[in-house]
Amino acid sequence: MGRIVLALTMPLGALSMSNAPSSTSPRRTALDALHRSLGATMTDFAGWDMPLRYGSERDEHNAVRTKAGLFDLSHMGEITVTGPQAAALLDHALVGNIGGVGVGRARYTMICQADGGILDDLIVYRLADAEYMVVANAGNAQIVLDALTERAAGFDAQVRDDRDAYALIAVQGPESPGILKSLTDADLDGLKYYAGLPGTVAGVPALIARTGYTGEDGFELFVEPQHAEKLWQAITEAGAPAGLIPCGLSCRDTLRLEAGMPLYGHELTTSLTPFDAGLGRVVKFEKDGDFVGRAALADAKERAESSPPRKLVGLIAEGRRVPRAGMSVVADGQVIGEVTSGAPSPTLGKPIAMAYVDAAHAAPGTAGVGVDIRGAHEPYEVVALPFYKRQK
Amino acid sequence: MSNPQQLRYSKEHEWLSAAEDGVSTVGITEHAANALGDVVYVQLPEVGDTVSAGETCGELESTKSVSDLYSPVTGEVVEANQAVVDDPSLVNTAPFEGGWLFKVRVAEEPKDLLSADEYTEFAG
Repeated sequence: MGRIVLALTMPLGALSMSNAPSSTSPRRTALDALHRSLGATMTDFAGWDMPLRYGSERDEHNAVRTKAGLFDLSHMGEITVTGPQAAALLDHALVGNIGGVGVGRARYTMICQADGGILDDLIVYRLADAEYMVVANAGNAQIVLDALTERAAGFDAQVRDDRDAYALIAVQGPESPGILKSLTDADLDGLKYYAGLPGTVAGVPALIARTGYTGEDGFELFVEPQHAEKLWQAITEAGAPAGLIPCGLSCRDTLRLEAGMPLYGHELTTSLTPFDAGLGRVVKFEKDGDFVGRAALADAKERAESSPPRKLVGLIAEGRRVPRAGMSVVADGQVIGEVTSGAPSPTLGKPIAMAYVDAAHAAPGTAGVGVDIRGAHEPYEVVALPFYKRQK
Repeated sequence: MSNPQQLRYSKEHEWLSAAEDGVSTVGITEHAANALGDVVYVQLPEVGDTVSAGETCGELESTKSVSDLYSPVTGEVVEANQAVVDDPSLVNTAPFEGGWLFKVRVAEEPKDLLSADEYTEFAG
């Protein structure tokens, strides 16, 4: 049981982002002291010192599935785009139809290179007619900021780095609407999935968004960092009777994996297009005007439909050894794919994985597929994603 | 957390009980279990295997990690804890009791095993 931290064969592998960690010491969120007082195990994630777990990650996972969990997501990167041509800029810079997003609504989208490779996946909130907030992954925020700034040339629009302007607190799980209702007068019943509205929660001004990354109903609250601790404490108190507990990034990873949601650096990279990742639906060719990557993405669409190289599938273990990112998927002794994310699934009670596999082996139920786990070919069942879908 | 006084400890975070009729019990410490997080898979040496002090003899997997299990002593394995194979969470909930890993007939013991106080100091 050697070298507890250093001996980890894959230290926190499933959480690492694609970008190299910065050489400087990790940044701390506005809630850092609070996490430490709660006894959190912290981890360096995309240059931030973030809570990995407070207690048992399985308990935290199950709390979000059955009750509610509270997350600090302040590492996420907010970028504000304003101006008369804000919509036109984002339609040019991103693959989605951003001009078509109504005020108060949000959209899952991507930003791609000219060759179609994915730079990041994003949520874009339309806060006003001429104001959007783009939320990027922490590890890609600078890349997205630079790309948007560069692509803004010639548009009457401003791109603003708002990473330090917000703390982000998420309340996720079936009890989250009831908990939040006790703290706000905002019309939460009228707030649909992928919508956001300004309001006041526990006396704190917040952008209240009905979004998340857990496969459950829930909310994300963007607030000024100076108010983060007050809001966290208020939600903790209001949620305790309903079973809300603080949750770390470890369970966030297993929650999103069960829900079949991609993680940048794992299922999404610059060497893949949205079509390769099975997310071609986010590319809106029908929108007006040219956009970065259009021509390459049209080719990628054609290729994915006619002769897909590999497809993203789900794998469920028959045994108990856990597949990890980077492990080979095998059949008949041949490598036919690669695991991109893997973890023990608390909901299924078995190890699960997402993997890119050759099209010939990608159909659900394909027999004879395994994962090479440190030399042993462990049997796995090929399934369609997601592993878990909540009952609405 | 407190490390039981009657046990001795390796720097690889295993504990070893005092031998009874030449047989000692081996497990991992609470400090190690906490560092790993929820343990989900345990691979133990088999009865009859010879284990060597300081060498790997199994593995433990948690949600986010895989760690080798090292034997604190040299000897022959006489029992493996099937309960912990069936329910690896015992390593987290009772690392010094129901979460023990295997029993070994000790042939040779390294001289650098730590006392409870020394291990507590070592683990920080």
